[in-house]
Amino acid sequence: MFKGKKVLCIGERDGVPGSAIAECVKTAGGEPVLQLTQCFV
Amino acid sequence: MDLEDQGLIKETVEEHGKENVVVVLGSPDADSAEIYAETVTTGDPTFAGPLAGVSLGLPVYHILEDEVKAQIDPSVYEQQVGMMEMVLDKEAISKSMKKIRGE
Repeated sequence: MFKGKKVLCIGERDGVPGSAIAECVKTAGGEPVLQLTQCFV
Repeated sequence: MDLEDQGLIKETVEEHGKENVVVVLGSPDADSAEIYAETVTTGDPTFAGPLAGVSLGLPVYHILEDEVKAQIDPSVYEQQVGMMEMVLDKEAISKSMKKIRGE
């Protein structure tokens, strides 16, 4: 699913932040190329 | 989705090529996950940002889905996502993601 893929990590402050998604996909062989954390406050 | 972020997504996908890119969301509920998923597949549903009318068609998943979790180192997943996994409605989010992917 993620091996050798560039991953866009689109997180949200009230959910899972982009940085946490990035840490996870790295362990699955993906390369995070963009980390975003949406915030609606 | 924030217009600036839509621009960043568009640039990043152009740089790396659609076929190499996968999207993973961390939205807190099914509705917002669906809006983000729609934005990176069929284009900005509000027709306001740089992705309006741009059908990227990217594969999109949510970090809480079981098939995503299965790929990730369990201790890292627990540390980074564990608490939100208990709090958020994983089932509803997973269902809406499957719908978006046409599964």
